[in-house]
Amino acid sequence: MLVFIIRRLMQAVVVMVVMSALVFGGIYLVGNPVTMLISDQASEAERLAVIRDLGLDQPVWQQYLTFVGKAVVGEFGKSFRAGEPAMQLIFQHMPATIELALVAMLLAVLVGVPLGMYAGLRPDSLRARGIMTVSILGFSLPTFWVGLMLIMLFAVALPEWIPGWPRLPSSGRGPTVDILGLKLSIFTAQGWLHLLLPAATLALAKGALIIRLTRAATREVLPMDYVKFARAKGLSERRIVGVHVLKNIAIPIATVTGLELGQVIAFAVVTETIFSWPGMGKLLIDSILLLDRPVVVAYLVVIVFFLVMLNLVVDILYSVLDPRVRLEAQGR
Amino acid sequence: MSDAASPTLELADLKTHFFTRDGVVRSVDGVDLQVGAGEVLGLVGESGSGKSVTGFSILGLIDPPGRIVGGQVLYRGEDLVQASSARLRALRGRNIAMVFQDPMMTLNPVLRVDTQMIEAIRAHEAVDDATARRRAVAALTQVGIPSPEARLRSYPHQFSGGMRQRVAIAIALLNKPDLIIADEPTTALDVTIQGQILFEMRKLCQETGTALIWITHDLAVVAGLADRIAVMYAGRVVEHGATAEILERPRHPYTHGLIGSVPTRGHRGQALFQIPGMAPSPLRLPQGCAFQPRCTRAVAACAAMPDLQEIAPAHQARCWNPVP
Ligand SMILES: Nc1ncnc2c1ncn2[C@@H]1O[C@H](COP(=O)(O)OP(=O)(O)OP(=O)(O)O)[C@@H](O)[C@H]1O
Ligand SMILES: [Mg+2]
Repeated sequence: MLVFIIRRLMQAVVVMVVMSALVFGGIYLVGNPVTMLISDQASEAERLAVIRDLGLDQPVWQQYLTFVGKAVVGEFGKSFRAGEPAMQLIFQHMPATIELALVAMLLAVLVGVPLGMYAGLRPDSLRARGIMTVSILGFSLPTFWVGLMLIMLFAVALPEWIPGWPRLPSSGRGPTVDILGLKLSIFTAQGWLHLLLPAATLALAKGALIIRLTRAATREVLPMDYVKFARAKGLSERRIVGVHVLKNIAIPIATVTGLELGQVIAFAVVTETIFSWPGMGKLLIDSILLLDRPVVVAYLVVIVFFLVMLNLVVDILYSVLDPRVRLEAQGR
Repeated sequence: MSDAASPTLELADLKTHFFTRDGVVRSVDGVDLQVGAGEVLGLVGESGSGKSVTGFSILGLIDPPGRIVGGQVLYRGEDLVQASSARLRALRGRNIAMVFQDPMMTLNPVLRVDTQMIEAIRAHEAVDDATARRRAVAALTQVGIPSPEARLRSYPHQFSGGMRQRVAIAIALLNKPDLIIADEPTTALDVTIQGQILFEMRKLCQETGTALIWITHDLAVVAGLADRIAVMYAGRVVEHGATAEILERPRHPYTHGLIGSVPTRGHRGQALFQIPGMAPSPLRLPQGCAFQPRCTRAVAACAAMPDLQEIAPAHQARCWNPVP
């Protein structure tokens, strides 16, 4: 197991190095941040001073080596724009994103698994067909459109048409509470209201995916002999579905949920932008617009590390859920 | 040994059909059988003759597109075809247990053996965990699984195929049912273990008065085990009688062929006889007797389906021109 974890971590390091070099070069090619950062009225002397301050006068490979040298000790430079260390900026924005992603995935699983199981157990029923049709919509509608529609509906149209209909907030994360130094919205009612629309936007697509996955897995497990044998033992339908079927379909569902959670955290950019959610995605977009290289590179490094770790957790979870995998791990 | 007045199970003209896209598969098409307390009935036939479907029909475990379309399954006089799903659930595993054909697929791969055994007890009886566990250990011991306490905590994949089948048999024994349907449970096992399990099961049934239906495609397996044998062909019983009678004086040409293809003491020195041709497709069964196209004794009358008729005392065959 330890070997396995170490191997994964080494993979992560390689990916991070390659990725950072690509991003570093890419942004260097795209444009010069100096034009964004310094006002047109600045004198030539001021310009040169800023450029030297930021280390932008050196050739790109030297800039990169300097960057790597510092990155190894955990220093990713300061944001050109904010002047704060890039890492600190990212960690400040991280709780908002993780909170949003967790709530969205939780919603997706809580809604998706029961609906998917229902559709799998009664594939020919009218309701199951309705569920599958809706899931195709949820699957194929673009996120930005869904987000805008939800804003239109719940933040604009409904409160106007129906007197007394509560207006859902559509921007920002509302009041936050400090828990262990993290700013979190989920501990205030207002925070939850703010979470609702962006989380629903993300949950729609992910929930649709989980519905389809759950249905397919259920349909695959039901004709298995062990389900029939469970019936032959005289078990109740509830135990057969709730234990014998659910425990088997939990394996693919947990895997996909874990990976999708990573996707949401890493790439909630669109949703965060639409809802002005002050998370990492919004930070990334703002930084790209300003060619704020340290932040962009630091962000990607963090995300790669995070995704690799998440994959690792999913693999470990997988072996917890599936006893057959566990044995092989012991044997190694 | 059987008490004909009140058999544990009686099938009367049972018909189970599968309504597939290609047509109706008449897997079981008018089967009459009975088995009494403490009795072992061997249900023999080649692959596809409807043995498993007969077994599942008894428990009401036919999945769509299949359906019991006619006849009765009388368990102690109660027709299970008409029984509610709650009643069937209560009977399954407690009064009637089944051991499936494929031991590799019978146990749930993600649940420990103790979970799968204890739930089988608790589905029918409100017993505490310790009692259920003790009964599980006893059942595993009964089927010859070494160090059962430790094995209880294992997952199915940690057992060999033979051991898994023993676990499945132990689960069938847990609630001391009065009827066990064993669907080729020893096919996956090697010959020594097979004999051992057969012996154990038979002893058990005699001791506890459990009726046993032993399904197999191998006459030799049931020869030393069953009190009576029913031979199935294309969804019907074609011959039925006491084991010795069937083995020594088979009257239906199909049974005759089956016995001819197994080397036995009575036929030593004779050339092995092979049944010509192949089993018919269940979608296109021939008119009249289904065996007629392969039969060496076919006559004009075979164009109509013969009844299962008394051919000797306690010996029935479904044939117009039986072997003398
Ligand atoms: N779900 C199903 N759909 C369609 N046909 C089926 C289905 N299950 C069984 N049958 C058909 O019913 C017939 C009898 O099948 P059954 O499984 O009872 O045979 P068997 O005698 O147990 O054979 P084997 O020795 O191979 O187990 C076969 O022709 C099979 O194709
Ligand atoms: Mg079978």
